[in-house]
Amino acid sequence: MSEQQFFKVIIDNVSIDVPAGTTILEAARKIGGDVAPPAMCFYSKLKGSGGKCRTCLVEVSKGSEKDPRPMPKLVASCRTTVMDGMEVKNITSSKVTDARAGVVEFLLLNHPLDCPICDQAGECHLQDLSYEHGKAGTRYEFQRRTFKKHNLGPYIQLHMTRCILCYRCVYTADQLTNSRSHGVLDRGDHAEIATFIENNLENDFIGNVIDVCPVGALTDKTFRFKNRVWFLKPLDAHRDCPKCTGKVTLWNRGDEVFRVTARKDEWGEVEDWICNECRFDKKKTSDWVIEGPRNISRHSVISQGHYVNTITSQETFEAVNEGRQPKLLFDIHSKSDVNKTGVSLSLIDGPAVSTDFTS
Amino acid sequence: MQSLTSRAKAVERSPMTFLEQLYLWNILKGMFITFLHIFKKQPTIRYPEQKREFSRVFRGLHVLNRDSEGRENCTACGLCAVACPAEAITMEAAERLDSEKHLYREEKYAAKYEINMLRCIFCGLCEEACPKDAIYLSETFTPADFARKNFIYNKSDLLIPHRINQAEELSAAKGL
Repeated sequence: MSEQQFFKVIIDNVSIDVPAGTTILEAARKIGGDVAPPAMCFYSKLKGSGGKCRTCLVEVSKGSEKDPRPMPKLVASCRTTVMDGMEVKNITSSKVTDARAGVVEFLLLNHPLDCPICDQAGECHLQDLSYEHGKAGTRYEFQRRTFKKHNLGPYIQLHMTRCILCYRCVYTADQLTNSRSHGVLDRGDHAEIATFIENNLENDFIGNVIDVCPVGALTDKTFRFKNRVWFLKPLDAHRDCPKCTGKVTLWNRGDEVFRVTARKDEWGEVEDWICNECRFDKKKTSDWVIEGPRNISRHSVISQGHYVNTITSQETFEAVNEGRQPKLLFDIHSKSDVNKTGVSLSLIDGPAVSTDFTS
Repeated sequence: MQSLTSRAKAVERSPMTFLEQLYLWNILKGMFITFLHIFKKQPTIRYPEQKREFSRVFRGLHVLNRDSEGRENCTACGLCAVACPAEAITMEAAERLDSEKHLYREEKYAAKYEINMLRCIFCGLCEEACPKDAIYLSETFTPADFARKNFIYNKSDLLIPHRINQAEELSAAKGL
């Protein structure tokens, strides 16, 4: 095995050479764009992930050069490795789009319509998936599953009803932290993410489960209900952290740091894992060296109101009025209660409650 | 020169006739037109005694709705604010305490909710964006005022009165 073998695959009529042992999904991601199947459970940085959600189903219309028979069923592209001369159909196959709509319907069977409340809304993979591949209605007529609420400590908020059991957070805890204290308990409809004995999740890198969660099941408690992601301004920033790389995305509003997350690539996967201290404790702009605005896809709701390459007209008032500023007729802060100067929502530990506003 | 429209008329510059020089004739012509208007239907109404009927799709002052149990519908999801083309809506969300379950329908609610009526263009996009049936544009005008600060409407201005606890205010708001 001194020389690496390369296989030629054709995905949606685009051909690419990839090393042997690459999965179809990763080969498709190398092509990029719409060709890459969506993935809810597969995470390229977590060993053993994938094969659970079935959203990445593709049709293999030609098995390989030696055995050109098509595969009898749709295959999960995250778990199927490529063969030489394989031909794969993703968006060009009506079978795949139909199956994917069915998978989305199944994923949404028990998923609550929580999006107006959920902090993940706007960057939720399930939201994107159902918007692109799903149907508007549901045929499910029964009660959605509910769970006893578990408290996972001061940093991580668990909403089990939103969970799609992708196991990403379990793998994250296994592969990133020294000991895993949460896991999937029970079976079938009762399966839930929890700590068996009420236990706080407090490992140095456990905060990463928030980033890997494709839905809003695990969210940042320090950011809970503070703001919506599309009103925040994502900034690339770094700090000198002894535990991790310290490369993060800050989610600011003005100078207030509302949330710190890892940087995510175009597939929604983190670039560098970050530690809990960076994520939860460094909530001041002065803690960070800001590199510049984070590039957000134009199609994301997060980029609403963020304009690039615009030319702002020059203000001429001062120049023609001998340096005088225009007269301010009404200062909005003198009346408005929202975004009061001197009150920082971002500095409250948990979600704001009514008593935070009365004082 | 070629005229731009077919209705263009050349200006007549011939000297005035005797009748035109008197001016009286033209004044009488004008007065006659004015006189004819007395017999026409009046377009004006006697506001405020008389009021015009609103269109069924009239978009006026916003109200924040309550559900059948009198709990606030709004969960501060921010969709109205993101839909607002004038950026008039701002809000701050908070988590509902256990003791406040009778006040707010969902676990998250709008602790602060403000509409800047100076910015609002009454397009109704907030109403369309709302997933919780919380905001509606009613059939009332935003009252005129002298100070800018009185156009910042907060939750106490917008929220519909409670069906039981504030029955009088509700019927007053309905104009009954």
